[in-house]
Amino acid sequence: MDSRTLSHLRALEAESIHIMREVVAEFAKPVMLYSIGKDSSVMVRLAQKAFFPGKLPFPLLHVDTTYKFQEMIEFRDQFAKDLGAELIVHTNQKAIDEGANPFKLGTSKCCALLKTRALLDALEAGGYDAAFGGARRDEEKSRAKERVFSFRDKFGQWDPKSQRPELWSLYNSKVEKGESIRVFPLSNWTEMDVWSYIELENIPIVPLYYAKEREMVVRGNQLIPLEHNMPLAPGEKPQMIMSRMRSLGCTYCTGGIASDADTMPKIINELVQFRRSERENRIIDHDQEGSMEIKKREGYF
Amino acid sequence: MSESQLLRFSTAGSVDDGKSTLIGRLLFEAKGVYEDQMAALQKSSINRSTGPIDFSLLTDGLRAEREQGITIDVAYRYFATPKRKFIIADTPGHEQYTRNMATGASTADLAIVLIDARKGVLPQSRRHAYIASLLGIPYIAVAVNKMDLVEFSETVFDQIQKEFSAYAKEIGLKNLAFFPISALDGDNIVERSARTPWFKGTPLLEHLESVPVAEDRNFTELRFPVQYVIRPNLDFRGFAGQLASGVLKPGDEVMSLPAGRVTRVKELPTFDGPLQEAFPPMSITVVLEDEIDLSRGDMLVDPNHVPHVSRRFAAKLVWMLDEAGGPNRTYLLKHATQTVPCEIRRIRHRVDINTLENVQAERLELNEIAAVVMETRRPLFFDAYSKNRAMGAFILIDPISNLTVAAGMIEESTPESVEPLQLRNLEFVGEANESTSSTQLTNAERFARAGHYPATVWLTARRAVAYLLERRLFDLGCQVHVLADDSESHLLPELSRVLSNAGLIAICSIASPDPGERDRAAGFAAANRFLEVPAKELPARDDDAVEVIIKRLEDLGVLRRKDRFERGEGI
Repeated sequence: MDSRTLSHLRALEAESIHIMREVVAEFAKPVMLYSIGKDSSVMVRLAQKAFFPGKLPFPLLHVDTTYKFQEMIEFRDQFAKDLGAELIVHTNQKAIDEGANPFKLGTSKCCALLKTRALLDALEAGGYDAAFGGARRDEEKSRAKERVFSFRDKFGQWDPKSQRPELWSLYNSKVEKGESIRVFPLSNWTEMDVWSYIELENIPIVPLYYAKEREMVVRGNQLIPLEHNMPLAPGEKPQMIMSRMRSLGCTYCTGGIASDADTMPKIINELVQFRRSERENRIIDHDQEGSMEIKKREGYF
Repeated sequence: MSESQLLRFSTAGSVDDGKSTLIGRLLFEAKGVYEDQMAALQKSSINRSTGPIDFSLLTDGLRAEREQGITIDVAYRYFATPKRKFIIADTPGHEQYTRNMATGASTADLAIVLIDARKGVLPQSRRHAYIASLLGIPYIAVAVNKMDLVEFSETVFDQIQKEFSAYAKEIGLKNLAFFPISALDGDNIVERSARTPWFKGTPLLEHLESVPVAEDRNFTELRFPVQYVIRPNLDFRGFAGQLASGVLKPGDEVMSLPAGRVTRVKELPTFDGPLQEAFPPMSITVVLEDEIDLSRGDMLVDPNHVPHVSRRFAAKLVWMLDEAGGPNRTYLLKHATQTVPCEIRRIRHRVDINTLENVQAERLELNEIAAVVMETRRPLFFDAYSKNRAMGAFILIDPISNLTVAAGMIEESTPESVEPLQLRNLEFVGEANESTSSTQLTNAERFARAGHYPATVWLTARRAVAYLLERRLFDLGCQVHVLADDSESHLLPELSRVLSNAGLIAICSIASPDPGERDRAAGFAAANRFLEVPAKELPARDDDAVEVIIKRLEDLGVLRRKDRFERGEGI
């Protein structure tokens, strides 16, 4: 390869850094959505590079549904501490006090209250005019048309039909008060790129991504981790299964996969062999055909 | 895997010529389709009438589109082979979506233009090709699809190749390659098809894997738009940005625009340690040797190859809003890292994308393409889009709705295209060529009165030097005046001409050097009466710099030598 050609990972890195700097230069109060997952970890590393030797010029915001894995919360707190970053944790406490949970409400309503509503409230409370998210266009069909700078109206809603055209790397960052932009610096990354970069850069990730014996319930073709007092259906029996999480969300909504990939090279190798998309194990995406798009219109990331 | 390259390509095709099927096929062959996505496809409830697996459903994203059965916007797709990672900008082909095609094409290294073998080169194919050329895509792959429906006829393929090549030549498209394919059956996608023994080229995917990606990158002329200033403490001041062109190393000499200060790169610090060399498209941080004033929107450039600097330039616009636009309105123009208010000064003509004819136009409607003259409130530092995509591209934003209304590509300016000069109509009398002039004054008389010859000093150094020089020359008894290029920079050559005709020494203080204007000014000045002083030839201290310039004016015979000056003698 020509010595003056960037590898594809370094080219993606350069693009993401450019996007982050553009946001910080043009917006008054940006925030970075931090979900604790692998994509967030990559996004934070890119931000460290973008503003080196300075600190992150924005806080990290975690929307905590209280149904996350304990390992995620521990990782989050340690990660923010090591980084010296400001971490804001927001929970829709009112909904939880009123008994919102996935077992009772179903995943759709639960998600609307504990994730979408909570996120919109947190963004409004902080007065943030730009919010970074780690979503990638390869994750799901409706994300393929998402812009890098994605305009949201005063209610945080996305209108897929009137998106601003986005040319070259010239991003339109004009918004009125109350309106905002969701920014996706990892738009052009694939799941494979994310893992390859984590390996290349030696980025810390939540141990849940590595395979080990975990207590799981087998439901249909899903492996559901047994946490947060999940009610069992008749005849269901928890069993110890060598498994890992391919993407992280709430315990009930994140299916695991049977796997013995307990190191990074094994995970990448598994991915090469594996021909299932990562969100397949996300229960929320399968509620109905096009469910991600409906959620996004309402303000979900 | 981590050492593979990135290729961005766009696809354009009409509704029925099988574009989605081709992309689905590429994704499938490169194992970019997951089993669960395949299963979801088979489950999908929409009725369509294509083969056993409808690959096109993989690429049609949104609900509204699935209901209408067409793709309505730009969708991005990803797949990788061991050699390369690919980003596809998948854009719709029907007439009303020129804007989407332009969007997809803006970042592409290559465009796949799809042609239905049964239908030949349609107006739509021509439109795609035209937009690809307008947006400067370096490589074009013409995929002649549905060859299975014309019995893999070499004659059909040759005819299409001939017709398209002729059109491509007309619009200046280069690097064409043609492929006879069947996206549905997979012919000539990954492997050479046994059904086209007459085809001597490589399969499409192999072509995508081998096209040189960085061929059109410019490694010679430094352009570094300052995006953001990193200042974590008083001891560190780094200028962050993405290198648009050129190569940067510690110790390299750089000139800042608009200030025109020359300094050197001290270091290129990164999270992973200092860089020995930076090249495009790296996002870097530059620390300079001298404390110079630089902020977002400014630019570091090669002092020997400076960009154009002007408030007025010719450009092509693609109108992207369903509301018409045109002159006599203020827009915001975003170019590199600068956003400035601007106006469309004039629509030179609209381009009919079907006939390529120039048509008169008062305003621009959605999906129209026009040649215009732009005028910005502050000068831009730019190169022609055809030479440097990052430095010639801009967008227009409506300051009221905040919508992106147009995409622009700056053209190489000519006096005809930009018509910058109102002064053109002035009669220049009393010029060096006295035979055509009716003035009764001679240059000798002017010299006797002024004590020096008229001259033009073309000064690209910091502005403080220009004013100090004016002061010193005035104190020496000279008639002198500074012309600064703050606003109407394109008028400087003509203004300097007027001043020298009147016998003055005109100091043109050029913050933003433009080679065209320099040449014009030099052309107006009499022989040996034009002194160009590049910033880098001057000492750092302003006083010393002025001494150097005065010495050069003496050497040229414009001024009397200082000692003789003081004694009141002639030159």
